[in-house]
Amino acid sequence: MLKQYPTARFILMRAGWYFVTFLVAVTINFYLPRLGPNNPVDIIMAQAGSGTSREDMRIKEEMYLMEFGLVKMKASRDAGGRAVKEMVRDAEGKPVRASNFEQFITYLGMCLKGDLGTSFYKQSKKVTDVIKEAVPWTIALQLPTILFGWIVGNLLGALAAYRRGVFDKVFFPVALGLSSFPFFVFGMLLVAFFALTLGWFPPMGGYDNAIPGFNWPFLSSAAHHYVLPFFSIFLILAGGQAIGMRSMGIYELGTDYIKYAKWLGLRETTVLLYLFRNAMLPQITGLALSLGTMIGGALITEMIFSYPGLGMAMLDAVTKNDYPVIQGVTLIITVSVLIANFTVDILIAFLDPRVKAGVQMGKGL
Amino acid sequence: MKLLKNLLKSPMFVIGMSLFLVTILIAIFGPLFYAINTDRVGVPYDMPNAQFWLGLDNYGRDYVSLLIRGLGSSLYVGVIAGVIATTIGTLIGLYGGFKGGLADDILSVLTNLFVVIPQFVILILISTTFEKRSLALVAMIIGFTAWTWSARGVRAQAAALKSKDHISLARLNGDNTLKVLVVHILPYILSYVFMVFILQVSSGILSEAAISMIGLGPTGDNAISLGVILNDANRYGGLSDKNWHAFIPATCVISALVFALYLINTSMEGVFNPRLRK
Repeated sequence: MLKQYPTARFILMRAGWYFVTFLVAVTINFYLPRLGPNNPVDIIMAQAGSGTSREDMRIKEEMYLMEFGLVKMKASRDAGGRAVKEMVRDAEGKPVRASNFEQFITYLGMCLKGDLGTSFYKQSKKVTDVIKEAVPWTIALQLPTILFGWIVGNLLGALAAYRRGVFDKVFFPVALGLSSFPFFVFGMLLVAFFALTLGWFPPMGGYDNAIPGFNWPFLSSAAHHYVLPFFSIFLILAGGQAIGMRSMGIYELGTDYIKYAKWLGLRETTVLLYLFRNAMLPQITGLALSLGTMIGGALITEMIFSYPGLGMAMLDAVTKNDYPVIQGVTLIITVSVLIANFTVDILIAFLDPRVKAGVQMGKGL
Repeated sequence: MKLLKNLLKSPMFVIGMSLFLVTILIAIFGPLFYAINTDRVGVPYDMPNAQFWLGLDNYGRDYVSLLIRGLGSSLYVGVIAGVIATTIGTLIGLYGGFKGGLADDILSVLTNLFVVIPQFVILILISTTFEKRSLALVAMIIGFTAWTWSARGVRAQAAALKSKDHISLARLNGDNTLKVLVVHILPYILSYVFMVFILQVSSGILSEAAISMIGLGPTGDNAISLGVILNDANRYGGLSDKNWHAFIPATCVISALVFALYLINTSMEGVFNPRLRK
């Protein structure tokens, strides 16, 4: 039936593929941290251990075991006859530990319901709440920066390829130098020069003493803090994209269809449009491919600027061995990268008819 | 040989290669000319002076010693990770691209899965499982998570070569898959594989720095890498207290390393693809 609608078919197939990838990602996310000897409850109990009575310890341990889904649960009814879940106990009254696989099923169910568990610290705060506080900052910083850097870089690269000459001679080495800097190193240098030496911008944080919300003191302070992290990602990204676009442009300029278009006497802008459209495609794929690296790199940038996003949340969690938060953040990053990739895939299908045709002939995926 | 001659004509390659060789020489022979001492020798964040050219770190350790040691560690991690990632990527890509059929489908699905799941995420997840991480372990973790895009690249190259005439001839001649792969395909993509290796070394060095910055780098008293130095600087106020010597030298060293590898790679691209050269 779907054969008549190649676009719908393509989108569905890609969506299916990304769902499978998502399942693999969740599995990895669950099992990898459990490969090691670290059992979160044992770690907490060892830390909370001293100074409490045996009975207190036991109650606390059972509470944690339940909270983190480490024990088998069964459905039963409480005194009032309402349905509740309680722990399965062995003959000695000790809770029965759930196997890794049973825990995984619980985890999967929780994930699908949007529950990522509870933080070890921060008074048993929900992981989703930790993430909810951090995500707006990360998106506000990374999305505009990555898109903007990508667009500006490609425009400049195309221009350099077409013009060559002096523009290219100055532009190319600068872009090459910029793009070879690691994100975080560049961030550190910006802090050193513009924040510590010149004092133009604050070296760290997302805002000063202002109440987050839609008010002028907060917005202006946030904008002031935004400049350095923005440029530390933007410049490097734009440089890298420009280099890629330049070499694609030079390659396309030598192809037959461009020569043909020129011989036909088409206007320069028309030829450029053809050139741009074709040279663009690998760049879009490149964007999809590098999204993962980019976001990882940008997390480190956040840490350097102590920007209150996911990077800081991750650093905080790693320092405190807060596994649920680590896992929650990695899952959120993976999911957002998957969504971004999916969007780019669909975008390419609309820009490049060959991609859809490939799927139609059964050569896709 | 002609290739090497062409490469030596490219100023980018010469600069990049010399820079890279200098860093290697410093890492290997530095300890012979400079008395490495990574113990506490003075007050935290002492400024550079005649005795300690680059000052002291947050524990009062000599930065020159730390940087030489760190450079060595970072190179070690980069090269080991690069070798592992390139080998796995080349084997998977070569086999899948050349074999085609079901084997290729399975390997492609595997590759594409791990291309979209961010390497950094897997790196974090694996690193959290190990409480103690040696340099070699960090290098291996990076290598085993970084092979994906090189497998993809090599696969595309191998698949394009598959239908060339000389391959068909070799097959008609009765050569088995292994011989065709090693004798007739590998030489054609060797330059590409080498470029992949260079990029993998550089991204391995950066991965080590990134994972160390988040606090999951090599552990132990002797674990000193460029990433660990930067992490200490970031964590213990080197960035906010105007202690420029805490991170400027380390950032310069890591940038020089990555820039050198980048120059080598870009110049090779130019030599292999003449249209970029003009």
